[in-house]
Amino acid sequence: MDFRDTPDEATFRAELRTWLRDNLPPGWGSGPPHVGRYEAEFSRAWSKKVYEAGYVGMTWPQEYGGRGLPYPYQGIYLEEAARVAAPHHLGVIGLGMAGPTIIAWGTAEQKARFLRPLLAAEEIWCQGFSEPGSGSDLAGARTTAVLDGDTWIVNGQKVWSSYAHIADWCILVVRTDPEAGKHAGLSYLLVDMHSPGVEVRPLRHMTGDPEFNEIFFTDVRVPRHSMLGQPGDGWRVAMTTLLHERGTLGFALTAGLENAVNKLVGLARETAPDGRRPADDPLVRDAIARQWVELQALRYTNYRSLTTLIKHGVPGPEGSIAKLHWSESNQRLTKLALSVQGLAAQLDGAGGVWNGYWQYQQLRSRGNTIEAGTSEILRNIVAERVVGLPRSR
Amino acid sequence: MDFAFSADQQALRAVARDFLANEFPIGRVAELAESEAGWDPGSWKQIHDLGWLSLSVPEDDGGAGMGFLEEAVVFEETGRALYPGPVFSTLALARPALADSELLAPVLSGQATATLAWAEDGALGLLDSPRVHADSAGRLTGTKRYVPDLALADFAVVVADTGLHAVDLRENPGAVLPRPTLDRTRRLGDLVLDETPARHLPAGREVLDEVRLRSMAALACEAVGVGSSALDLASGYARTREQFGRPIGSYQGVSHRIANIYLAVELARSLAYWAAWAVSAGDASAPLAVAAAKSEAAEAAVFACENAIQALGGIGFTYDHPLHRFYKRAQGIDVFEGTGAAQRAEIAAALLD
Repeated sequence: MDFRDTPDEATFRAELRTWLRDNLPPGWGSGPPHVGRYEAEFSRAWSKKVYEAGYVGMTWPQEYGGRGLPYPYQGIYLEEAARVAAPHHLGVIGLGMAGPTIIAWGTAEQKARFLRPLLAAEEIWCQGFSEPGSGSDLAGARTTAVLDGDTWIVNGQKVWSSYAHIADWCILVVRTDPEAGKHAGLSYLLVDMHSPGVEVRPLRHMTGDPEFNEIFFTDVRVPRHSMLGQPGDGWRVAMTTLLHERGTLGFALTAGLENAVNKLVGLARETAPDGRRPADDPLVRDAIARQWVELQALRYTNYRSLTTLIKHGVPGPEGSIAKLHWSESNQRLTKLALSVQGLAAQLDGAGGVWNGYWQYQQLRSRGNTIEAGTSEILRNIVAERVVGLPRSR
Repeated sequence: MDFAFSADQQALRAVARDFLANEFPIGRVAELAESEAGWDPGSWKQIHDLGWLSLSVPEDDGGAGMGFLEEAVVFEETGRALYPGPVFSTLALARPALADSELLAPVLSGQATATLAWAEDGALGLLDSPRVHADSAGRLTGTKRYVPDLALADFAVVVADTGLHAVDLRENPGAVLPRPTLDRTRRLGDLVLDETPARHLPAGREVLDEVRLRSMAALACEAVGVGSSALDLASGYARTREQFGRPIGSYQGVSHRIANIYLAVELARSLAYWAAWAVSAGDASAPLAVAAAKSEAAEAAVFACENAIQALGGIGFTYDHPLHRFYKRAQGIDVFEGTGAAQRAEIAAALLD
């Protein structure tokens, strides 16, 4: 057991720190933080820059455009990026979900075709899993794909799809065999979002931000070979995607929460609109310390899970709690950041504290316990697969 | 970055768990807890033979030359089993203060158990200024309170105004005043000193900084053990107990409560191991790691026990069921060096001031 950087890791961290300082826009980090998401073109340019410097997909095999580095390097990147609040890579769905699934299930042609543009943020991916009639119950998907010669004809509707409005490709769960069982009838397509018949309609979440979308598929033609696995493998392929979403995401969640704790500490040390300094209030101090402890708990739980992944090839069971813990901790944190503003917590935009940064963050955090597996589903998983309790249904 | 116990450390854990499961199943622990002595003094030789007393002592000094991380494994396992002997008092509280003293050898060889008497009315913390006074002849006068395992210990290290002193409790039985204690597997006592002969120890009061880190990290690990036992009791019961024709663990009202126990215990485990490593490595992160681990692990253990009691229903509320014993230990850990709020105040000062 040792949490310190190895000499190689320390060198990597030092070089990265220099690179970030030299490549972030001038004046980065001074003044209040950016509110909401960055413009897509800004994020895309930054993502490409990070890719060209070799910091994207570092743990991926070299043959797929990665560097074959051990997982801790990815952790170091995210820690350092969080320290300076660097923008995220635009292709989060591609990097975290589509890419690992293509590596696990794709043909040589699919890997050669998709992985490099994904790393470079030249092609953006979105996820077509949830439907109006099937949210947590993914296997209830009703979007259909019917084979017509060498082409799948896709019809149906997906929802809650982040980045779909700028996406080039979609990982799409469809029903290809209505006669087969609920799970056995599913397949996993890679769909060109520029195909005729694909319509994306933005949905605004409660901040007013159109971050996610509905996707309508009307007689969309998808080549027969544009599938991961075989017809009927859809459920198993989708589980690979979700394993990665819930497994190796721990570092990103830690980095995000660390960034938030740092900002909360900064806010608490400023004089609030009521003239008081939150950092002088014992209850606020206790709550901030609690957030810091929760952050460390997330960080070291992630390290534990990752050590198991490195030694045994699969993340440890404790990894299943990372997202659950992060989401609830982030909700508490952002509520605390609003509460210390007093009546000014109601002011949004340019007139508000930090231009409404925390107003956005707090409202956005309500999605954290719903997206990527609701907390209820995650507790079912912990209870049934980790603790070994009987199935609830 | 490597967050795994070594093969040797895992073997140590396996041996400890086997020994405790065989020799101190919870039924025997309950019997001992209800006995007058409160423990089996004969077991101390077994503890010695397992090597636990000298794990972190350098080989040159007759120890195993390992570190606090190995001791942390023992603290977690003795907490999990609720072993009713002075392991925590001897190893975490007293032993660092016995450095360079002739009392160290009998402790390492298992011939003597020891504890630390630091608390007084109005000065409960390890680092608070004591009023127990040592006169020019080295005799101590004053009253120490809340001394863990006082009636089980052969020596008490006493924090006095002039430094650290050891009182031989076998020669001064009148100084020991046992107090009825909630946690009958870790009973407290008052040490009533009235010109009581004592031996001045070479270690100065600055060793209490180390004692504080070690003891808080040790209790964080104990708390993880306690929480793990509560989780096992709750999940075992929920798997087999049937109501309305189904195991109660299949109802989400019960299963989500147990998932929450798992969540709390595992998060605490990560912090406790981090703290144990930081103490073992002498890393600069140790004070905050220990504060985080102790506050969170104690609260997680209390949370785990309370939710396990609820999951078990009426049986979990009885004196015959062992859950209350784990609960009382968790509560005892929680108030050591102040509740979590005291540790969070330290963390807040580091972050905000």
